[in-house]
Amino acid sequence: MRYSGLKVITEGLFGNKGWKPAWRDPAPKAEYDAIIIGGGGHGLSTAFYLAKNHGMTNIAVLEKSHLGSGSIGRNTTIVRANYFLPGNSEFYSHSLKLWEGMEAELNYNVMHSQRGLINLFHSDGQRDAFVRRGNSMINQGDDAILLDREGVREQLPYLDFEQTRFPIYGGLYHPRGGSARHDAVAWGYARGADSRGVDLIQNCEVTGIDIENGRVTGVQTTRGAIRAKKVGIIVAGRSSQVAAMAGLRLPIESHILQAFVSEGLKPVINHVVSFGMGHFYISQSDKGGLVFGGDLDFYASYAARGNLPMVEHVMEAGMTLMPMIGRAKVLRSWGGIMDMTPDGSPIIDKTSVDGLFIDCGWNYGGFKAVPASGWCMAHLMATGQTHEVAAKYRLDRFANGHLLDEEGSGSQHNLH
Amino acid sequence: MLIKCPLCGPRDRREFYYYGSDDYLNRPGEAAPPSAWDDYLHNRDNPAGMTRDLWYHEMGCTSWLVVTRDTVTHDIHAVEPVAERGTTA
Amino acid sequence: MRIDGKGLIDRTRPISFRFDGKSLMGCAGDTLASALMANGVKVVGRSFKYHRPRGILTAGSEEPNAMVEILEDGQQTPNTRATMQELFEGLSAQSQNRWPSLRWDLLSINDYAAPFLSAGFYYKTFMWPRAFWERVYEPMIRRAAGLGSLSGRHDEADYEKAYAFCDLLVIGAGPTGLMAALTAARAGADVILATEDSRLGGRLLSDETQIDNGAGIDWVEQVEAELRSLPNVRIMSRTTVTGAYDHGSFGALERVGLHVPHRPHLPRECFWRIRAAQAILATGALERPIAFPNNDRPGIMLAGAVQTYLNRYGTVPGQRVTLFANNDNARHVARQLMAAGVTVAAILDSRPDASVLEDCPVYLGATVTGTEGRHGLTSIEVAHAGGTLTLQTDCLAVSGGWNPTLHLTCHMNGRPTWREDIAAFVPTPGSVPNLTPAGAANGDFSTWACLIAGRDAAARVLGNLGKTADDTALPQAEDAPYRLTQLWAVDGKARAWLDFANDVTTKDVRLSAQEGFRSVEHMKRYTTQGMAPDQGKNSNIGALAVLADATGRAIPETGTTIYRPPYSPVSIASMGAGARGKGFAPQRFLTSHKASVDRNAPMIEAGMWYRPSYFPKPGETSWQQSCTREVNMVRSTVGVADVSTLGKIDLQGKDAARFLDFVYTNTFSTLPVGRVRYGLMLREDGHVLDDGTTARLAEHHFLMTTTTAAAGLVMRHLEFVHQAFCATWDVRFISVTESWAQFAVAGPKSRALLTSLLDHDPALPFMGMAPVTVQGVQSRLFRISFSGEEGYEIAVPTAYGEALFRDLVARAETLGGGPYGMEALNVLRIEKGFITHAEIHGRTTAFDIGMEKMVSAKKDCIGKAAATRPGMIGPDRQQLVGLKPLTDTQITAGAHLFAPSAKAVRVNDLGYVTSVCHSPTLNSYLGLGFLHNGRARIGEQVRLVDHLRKIDVLCEVRDPVFFDKTGEKLRA
Repeated sequence: MRYSGLKVITEGLFGNKGWKPAWRDPAPKAEYDAIIIGGGGHGLSTAFYLAKNHGMTNIAVLEKSHLGSGSIGRNTTIVRANYFLPGNSEFYSHSLKLWEGMEAELNYNVMHSQRGLINLFHSDGQRDAFVRRGNSMINQGDDAILLDREGVREQLPYLDFEQTRFPIYGGLYHPRGGSARHDAVAWGYARGADSRGVDLIQNCEVTGIDIENGRVTGVQTTRGAIRAKKVGIIVAGRSSQVAAMAGLRLPIESHILQAFVSEGLKPVINHVVSFGMGHFYISQSDKGGLVFGGDLDFYASYAARGNLPMVEHVMEAGMTLMPMIGRAKVLRSWGGIMDMTPDGSPIIDKTSVDGLFIDCGWNYGGFKAVPASGWCMAHLMATGQTHEVAAKYRLDRFANGHLLDEEGSGSQHNLH
Repeated sequence: MLIKCPLCGPRDRREFYYYGSDDYLNRPGEAAPPSAWDDYLHNRDNPAGMTRDLWYHEMGCTSWLVVTRDTVTHDIHAVEPVAERGTTA
Repeated sequence: MRIDGKGLIDRTRPISFRFDGKSLMGCAGDTLASALMANGVKVVGRSFKYHRPRGILTAGSEEPNAMVEILEDGQQTPNTRATMQELFEGLSAQSQNRWPSLRWDLLSINDYAAPFLSAGFYYKTFMWPRAFWERVYEPMIRRAAGLGSLSGRHDEADYEKAYAFCDLLVIGAGPTGLMAALTAARAGADVILATEDSRLGGRLLSDETQIDNGAGIDWVEQVEAELRSLPNVRIMSRTTVTGAYDHGSFGALERVGLHVPHRPHLPRECFWRIRAAQAILATGALERPIAFPNNDRPGIMLAGAVQTYLNRYGTVPGQRVTLFANNDNARHVARQLMAAGVTVAAILDSRPDASVLEDCPVYLGATVTGTEGRHGLTSIEVAHAGGTLTLQTDCLAVSGGWNPTLHLTCHMNGRPTWREDIAAFVPTPGSVPNLTPAGAANGDFSTWACLIAGRDAAARVLGNLGKTADDTALPQAEDAPYRLTQLWAVDGKARAWLDFANDVTTKDVRLSAQEGFRSVEHMKRYTTQGMAPDQGKNSNIGALAVLADATGRAIPETGTTIYRPPYSPVSIASMGAGARGKGFAPQRFLTSHKASVDRNAPMIEAGMWYRPSYFPKPGETSWQQSCTREVNMVRSTVGVADVSTLGKIDLQGKDAARFLDFVYTNTFSTLPVGRVRYGLMLREDGHVLDDGTTARLAEHHFLMTTTTAAAGLVMRHLEFVHQAFCATWDVRFISVTESWAQFAVAGPKSRALLTSLLDHDPALPFMGMAPVTVQGVQSRLFRISFSGEEGYEIAVPTAYGEALFRDLVARAETLGGGPYGMEALNVLRIEKGFITHAEIHGRTTAFDIGMEKMVSAKKDCIGKAAATRPGMIGPDRQQLVGLKPLTDTQITAGAHLFAPSAKAVRVNDLGYVTSVCHSPTLNSYLGLGFLHNGRARIGEQVRLVDHLRKIDVLCEVRDPVFFDKTGEKLRA
């Protein structure tokens, strides 16, 4: 069923009775050409691109809960391509291009809005680091503009330029950065994959990975055994547990990241604003809620909820930077589980088990990566070859020292 | 969160710095193979459940502590000083 | 309309207030909602999507409709619940989400377009043409969305944060909470009794329940008096416990100054962090609406709220009230209304077998099938066992049963349990450790049951606290059974609202199921049900029931409902109290701060520190001028700089030297007493952690310096290495950063300056140190240099820092020198090729900065093994080089490096520039940077490109040391 404004009107005239389910609810078959464990953003986009780019349609996505029940629905929805290390630049650049075509590709309005991202800096040293980053972005073919203090003031007049603890020297402006409606991304890819024949199987938890002679042969699930010669593990937040089913031990530690949304307000923040000194970032959703977040709670956790010290820290950062939000009220807070790697960059790679692939370790940057992650993981699973824009996301890079550490904080998982 | 420092008693989480798994205590020797260093620095069991990890009472007695706790419920079962392991390099 | 003789308001104290510019009168004890009701105001707000006129639904913080902006002094507080805003003299409120006025709202046309605005419609449209999304559709949607407005001005009001501690936190002060608090307090426990309300009593303030044959309110006052007389009880009214967190932590918001006219220095709100050994959840229950066609009109309210307005505020929302319920509650309300002289048009009881014995018409098996009255209810359509009828009525009081207020039990991922007999979720025991739900919050709805539950919960908790409850006698109270039959929605052609605030109707939920969004989470996210300011308090269970029906499942099988903190919305300002302006992070000041400010030095942030940028002289108009002069001054005479921000760590013990050998790449055990050595410290992953000098003060006594940025990091690292790997070694260390003020004295005349200060030639070799006496003060002198000149650093106890700085500067000036700031310091170090954290930014190895030979082969050290990984060494690494433009043009830090003829794109990227200065010494811009295989390229040319600043310059690759490569000046 194709969606359009016209369709909305004609269905509306007839009581909206004609809308079809966005996806089927199939029972699992005994065997597929490939299985994707995990029906989150990355798993669904992988399925979509396996079907679309590689013609693999006899595949299944196995989701233990409901589609999009993980971090895809628990993030601050920022979309950007502002990395500076080769290896990251090309990947996120590719991802942003896919975002820009996503509505047309999926026939689904994910409300991707390129409202512009501004990263503030507060010293000469930070400026130099952001200039390096901005130049990397332009080298990659993306966009970046250096704003001085007055340039920032023009865009964000509501910041506290006089009193704030870390004076605003300027900002790196990324006009193509922005945000999107997170759930819609999962739903859009799910609908797209389903319409190409992919079986999306919900409430189907993988309990074991079958391996014979070093080759994967299928999975055990709460809905029975399913055979497949190719299996992709795409389960951010549970990567270590699922990988352990295949005897793998990953360079991942799981952490909580909290985020917050305020009650609905009339438009007041038009950009995505990032305040590095305060570990604070904020945007306003189309519904009017201020969506904002900060740093990890810093202790390993699977609780998907956090504690007050970080809650307060985030609010404090907001109050020193933009005290005009003081009277907005926090409506809801939540916590997501982050796959934190020792260099802050992700993994899309084969494993030591033939036919078993893994896509994990998105730290807290997984949302914007959804399209390219699926694109590259699909390429890897279909061809056995690493995609060129994900060539550095290797599992063995930690052992051999080819790290992608944008933060420069080293082999401590929670510092990225 | 409340962590019972063996020296200082129950203290607010705000006083502590978190490092990571207590794997960091098992430093391989200089001649250990690269895989041992890879495991030491990077690879983790990362359990959803009971774990042992390292906390530093930075705003208190500066003890490094091994905390035995549950990563799902956040229940804390034991807190022991790292130094009392008595190992030497 | 006020009702004579009813209510707890003080009619002798009239209060004037404004709503939408109109002056109105209320009484002390009113809320804005009750005062508006007393003034006959029906429409208070507009709904989110359809902009439907809305009145007041509830009498509490769960209010979804009556949200207003409170105005004061150019500020406004959006989305304030009129039901929670206490009235005070001069209060000014205005309606929100309407234009141009509350009565005539342009966007109410959305209501007519409703068929096209069904759940999730926006995912299916607004995609063509693509450019229209950001330019046309989205701006339109954004303007229409949202509720209230912020002023856009800084919120400069006062807010506070505080901590509180107790044995027992009782949350809620109705019969359960009061009984629990009383029992625990009498047993000697430290009790905090917190209630969201402005006064104690809970539901007893709203119904006319008798306790011990007297008015419930009298019993409340008696208990309150006793509690207030006890030193171990703290009563926190106007305090909402907003969140339950780990290990007995609770967040709570106290509305300190929101109920009185603005007073300077009175905080508006205080955010409490409460640490409680035990807690009792006595938060009562929330009444739920029934979804029937057009059930959102002003005048349609919850029955319990009508009762509250009658009994507590002495006002009713209409002249002719109808009640519609699936339980007995409506009967009590009807009787109280009639007793107060209000006409009750009818009781519509959905139960076919309920009693008809009332003093008003009762219809059984009845449902409301339609309503009329756009700006206020005028009539309703009723279907009942005996037929249908139209009733003229201006207030419809609805009760769909009660939901225990169990939200806090979900905050730590607890999932509630469905109880079919009361058709509601109740807390699952153990959901929050040491939190005991009791009374209505636990599904016990009679007053008597609440009193027992409160007492028993307290007795159990006291046991856990090692205390014993004495035999607190229970007062007598009603114990009526709670009888209801489930009724969630009445079908009809018109829309029936579930989520009033977000305009989610039963049709939306059914459409969601039809489109495959069948899990509760999918339904909520697809329809936005439960995402509005009331967080689904009024709609979650109803929506779940409708979803269950639509998908042919039972309610518990369909899913459950969970809630996340906060219980009710909390202002960002309160949780961020204290951080506005400079309060966000500590400020660290040098002892020379004032002396520098006296000399007009701009002070700039360096981490938490403030350091002088430069010291302008009369006539200098730019930082560059001053900086150049200061560099020349140091190179030609002598300069003085405060370097106290560097971390200083004092290490002592027999194994101190051995320990240093372990944490530094190079060897310190061979360092003679009285000498200083540069050291390089790695992280265990092989990257550079920090660098600095360490002096050996005595055989077993060292003083380490760290960079400013890494001082805390290094201290933590040393503690870890010591406690984890060599705890038995005899070494102890402590940070002495704030114990010593330290000043660099650098330049050809530095020795002359020190000679005059000390009255003798310091006579120190390069990298030597010695204790010295400065005007009677024990001090330390080091001969080290970060400028490339002959240089010293002199350290005195902090108390003498300012005096010494002023003295040193005065002596320097007599020699033609003076103070220098961060800018000059930076130029001097770049000329000399010294690195800072611009270079050791966490990704660099000893190899990268040309210091691999400093990693001793003779011993193990932290980071040594990991630094040998193949990716960490070799020609593929980017290595530190110096850069000098071929022509006299500007270069910039952050620029990237390319081969001279290569296009400036990623695939050709060879490196980047970390530090740049204009060197007066070499009369050129100079840079440090990292270049692919850089050491092998020294002497070659590279193209330096800064796209952002449109700089494209050819540079010569140089050794990073531009100045005095052989170190003659250092050692002079």
